[in-house]
Amino acid sequence: MSELFVLIPGRTSKQGCGISEGKFTDAYQSETTILQICPKDMQRLGLNEGDRVRLSSETGQVEVAVTAAKGDELPPGVLFIAYGDLSSRLMGGDTHGSGMPTSKGLDVALEKIA
Amino acid sequence: MPSSRFKISGGTLYDPVHGIDGQVRDLWIQDGKIVAAPTDPQVRADKTLDAAGMVVMPGGIDMHCHIAGPKVNVARKMRPEEKRLAPKVLRTATTHGGTMGSVPSTFATGYKYAGMGYTTAFDAAIPPLAARHVHEEFDDTPCIDKGFYVLVGNNHYIMRAIQEQEPERLKAFLGWLLSSAKGYAPKMVNPGGVEVWKQRQGGNVSNLDSVVEHFNVTPRQIIRSVAQAAEELKLPHRVHIHANNLGLPGNWTTTLETMQALEGHGGHLTHIQFHSYGGGAGDEDTFNSKAVQLAEYVNSHPNITIDVGQVMFGHTTSMTGDGPLGYYLSNIYKSKWFSSDTEMEAGCGIAPIEYKNKSLIHSLQWAIGLEWYLLVEDPWRVVMSTDHPNGGSFLAYPQIVRLLMDRTWRNDVLKTVSPLVRKRSALANLDREYSLYEICIITRSGPARILGLKNKGHLGPGADADITIYTPHDNKETMFELPRYVIKSGEVIVELGEVRDPVRGKTLHVAPDYDHGVEADIAQWFEKYYSIRFRNYPVTEDYMRQHETIACGG
Amino acid sequence: MSTATKNQAATDGSLKIVQDATCTFCGCVCDDIDLSVKDNHIVEAKRACVLGKSWFFNHYVDQRPSCLISGRPASIEEGIERAAKILAGAKYPIIYGLSDTTCEAQRIAVGIGDWIGGNVDTTTSVCHGPSGMAFQGVGEVTCSLGEIANRGDLIIFWGSNPAESHPRHFTKYSLMPKGMFLPNGRKDRTCVLVDVRKTKSAKAADIFLQIKPRKDFEALWILRALAQNLSLDPAEVEDETGVPLSAWQDLMGRMKQAKFGVLLFGMGLTMTRGKHLNSEALLALVRDMNAYTRFVAKPMRGHGNVTGADNVVSWQTGYPFGVNMSRGYPRFNPGEYTTADTLARREADAAMIIASDPMSNFSQAARERLLAIPYISLDPKETPTTRGATVAFTTATYGINTAGTVYRMDDVPIPLRPAFDSPHPSDFEILSGIERRVKALKAAVRL
Repeated sequence: MSELFVLIPGRTSKQGCGISEGKFTDAYQSETTILQICPKDMQRLGLNEGDRVRLSSETGQVEVAVTAAKGDELPPGVLFIAYGDLSSRLMGGDTHGSGMPTSKGLDVALEKIA
Repeated sequence: MPSSRFKISGGTLYDPVHGIDGQVRDLWIQDGKIVAAPTDPQVRADKTLDAAGMVVMPGGIDMHCHIAGPKVNVARKMRPEEKRLAPKVLRTATTHGGTMGSVPSTFATGYKYAGMGYTTAFDAAIPPLAARHVHEEFDDTPCIDKGFYVLVGNNHYIMRAIQEQEPERLKAFLGWLLSSAKGYAPKMVNPGGVEVWKQRQGGNVSNLDSVVEHFNVTPRQIIRSVAQAAEELKLPHRVHIHANNLGLPGNWTTTLETMQALEGHGGHLTHIQFHSYGGGAGDEDTFNSKAVQLAEYVNSHPNITIDVGQVMFGHTTSMTGDGPLGYYLSNIYKSKWFSSDTEMEAGCGIAPIEYKNKSLIHSLQWAIGLEWYLLVEDPWRVVMSTDHPNGGSFLAYPQIVRLLMDRTWRNDVLKTVSPLVRKRSALANLDREYSLYEICIITRSGPARILGLKNKGHLGPGADADITIYTPHDNKETMFELPRYVIKSGEVIVELGEVRDPVRGKTLHVAPDYDHGVEADIAQWFEKYYSIRFRNYPVTEDYMRQHETIACGG
Repeated sequence: MSTATKNQAATDGSLKIVQDATCTFCGCVCDDIDLSVKDNHIVEAKRACVLGKSWFFNHYVDQRPSCLISGRPASIEEGIERAAKILAGAKYPIIYGLSDTTCEAQRIAVGIGDWIGGNVDTTTSVCHGPSGMAFQGVGEVTCSLGEIANRGDLIIFWGSNPAESHPRHFTKYSLMPKGMFLPNGRKDRTCVLVDVRKTKSAKAADIFLQIKPRKDFEALWILRALAQNLSLDPAEVEDETGVPLSAWQDLMGRMKQAKFGVLLFGMGLTMTRGKHLNSEALLALVRDMNAYTRFVAKPMRGHGNVTGADNVVSWQTGYPFGVNMSRGYPRFNPGEYTTADTLARREADAAMIIASDPMSNFSQAARERLLAIPYISLDPKETPTTRGATVAFTTATYGINTAGTVYRMDDVPIPLRPAFDSPHPSDFEILSGIERRVKALKAAVRL
């Protein structure tokens, strides 16, 4: 059973530091592979901290662990992940003549991995 | 091993500094300089270029153009549409590809100036905070020597020093600023007006006695104080002035007052065509030329020099340090508009424009430029410019030469522009024709003298061996647009427009003596208001791979 | 040039202080960092933010070889030779990256692109490239950051999260400084944040407007309409943007009343559907506002010298990014000559990647193509891109090991004050070597 969300990949402090520390460090790897979701959505979908979910976009599919977004950082229906390998896998190659693939505001289907 | 001797033999020389008006002479070159002919007749040249039947002049000098730095580069980025249709600059084994249009890429700029026989050019409006950028672009602008003027007419430190009546501090600051930027001369753009533009919507000063809020100074005070400081620093080019109210009907009185405000100090009024308009503000129907009235003042005041800022018909890009002017133009043309304010220092406005010969205003602008060339009696005090690219491209110079040398053609062109021009300007009544000797003055010897460049603009011993050799032609545009040879620092770099050896060219700058005691005060002020550190502001010499410090004094 | 001839840095335990060093991590390019250096490590970076500290502390002398060919250590000369042959022999070579190196190196890289008749594109194309296109459409009213510090009394951040991406922007340039016309600093300013997420930057703002995802364009045009006093349907506005009309009206009131308004915008606009049209709406709005007061816009540029890359590519070619030189002169077409496209469409047949990591940041299709063609990488750090490179150069870190010039996000050029020597060559040295060789190889072909 999957549900549609809008995914916003973006910069975070830890992801920025991770670029300097090295992309193969645990800190960078964990920062860029954790998906933030608003607590209400988590509750509704029966997701717990650290549960793994599958995200599918038009072009790709990745599996990530979820965490509750702090406070009211995210509204319902919107997901956040730090830029990195995984977020880019969900992005298409087409740039619609702009040079820029649509990299934020991606339509994704979220599915809990049993 | 003695350095090699290069002889240009049998050319017809034009060298107004030495009163040579079309005489056949040999020129000897050694180590990039012109040298006296060897006294020993046995001495032979290692290389000889036969210039028999050709016209030999010093390399051209553009003393007012916009070719490098933040404003120019923004204009390059902003106008992809005109580059698609413009002629291409193709890569060769030794030269880079490039783009043209009204704002050519750096390499193309160097190649095209040299291809036209110009070997020196000065960018006219640089915020010193961006000086490092200009030096970087200069390093990628081959074939020509270059320098730039430093924007000071809206500088906060200068306005504060005027307000606090501290002329010595102003003078020391000016010396420090020019040295830090490795610039050539102080430039005032709409003095005071740009600061007002930064302070409020549509802001500007309206006349020489408008008060600039917060600083409580007037344009008149700024002009007089900077001119005085420049004179005391004995700068080779004292002050370069873009007066207030550029482009506005009726602005000629401001221009006249600006010249008067110099109070006898040396000063150069740039692109004066744009400042010579009669008529009522906001009333285009009364727009007319006041070149005659202003030229009368210039003719009787030897402390004043001018360049014209000739308008040529066609598409171009307006770019200026005059922020409010950019706003004004973009509203007129409904075009895209760039504006940028630089902290403590300056403004900037850019907009695409088109001059149409069917437009009365544009036709008058074209005519007023020509009037200026023809009305100033002393050719040593009027310099050819289009204010590239504001009035048109520097590539229009050969066409201007023809307009000045060929009265018949000039009158033919006059017939194609708005007929009201005959009534509102004196152009139709001016039958003066320039000689080659006079053209040589307004394109090389004059600007060299006005800039204080002792080694340029002439062909005597000690001069930089920057030389242009033309094949004579009845059509002077044809003659001047495609020189047979162009020699830079003693090397033949161009043949018939083809760049063979793109030498680097050097940067010309000044290093005036000033009271270094001022630096502590500048540093304190700087750290309070600037967004970069004082230590990181001055441009170090390693940004100039080849350079020459032009001495102050005189 | 070889590693053997490079100076080995001091390892005698002495402490060296570098004053007013420049941090090149983000577009703020803070030039007021005091570094303490001991045994080729930066042990203190005064005034640096969390990103800056991480930048300075984690760039030490990397023990990896300066050059790897197909994963095996090789001499720098061999690497340069191989790199030059790959580039000179390709039909459609591309050069990409450039935003994290000096202008001096960028200038050589663009030159190589010309000699080989290839593409030159920078990370701008996947950053504020769309804003560059918008600028070509409507222009831009902008200023240097010191103007914001001295005059800006209304500061709006839109689709930008400086608290995490440009941590010192608030304190150094936009919110906290006591400026010439704002003697009380933060108290004299109002800060507004517009975003789809209530990011960490929201704490710094007086007003937060949370808009629906992918509705930036609509929201900006609502403001353009309100600027002209057009009447809008409240229900439609709220339904479309997620924000009530009254809130937009309040914002427009503040914008008109401000003496010097500032709109700083991030990749929330450029990376979202609409892209350059989003940026264009914003630039047009700011232009409109100048009929009522002074107002400026500024993209929040990301990488340390991405603004330098825009400048260098522009002055050498006339175009800011996405440039093709295969016909012997520069041509520009985003979507055609931009790297995300030339790779994803499998057009490029060789590449040189300078200081960037497309193997992490590009689409799957683009990554697959890059791995399938010979390519050269230059990077101080090991990344997925350097791991897959045919020729991988480990280079000295700009600003930490090498001098040079960097342009801040507002186009202000700033010099670098390196802290210690690296045993690795600089990007400039490697690129200069490659340029000499490709020129010679191309000349030989011509003969």
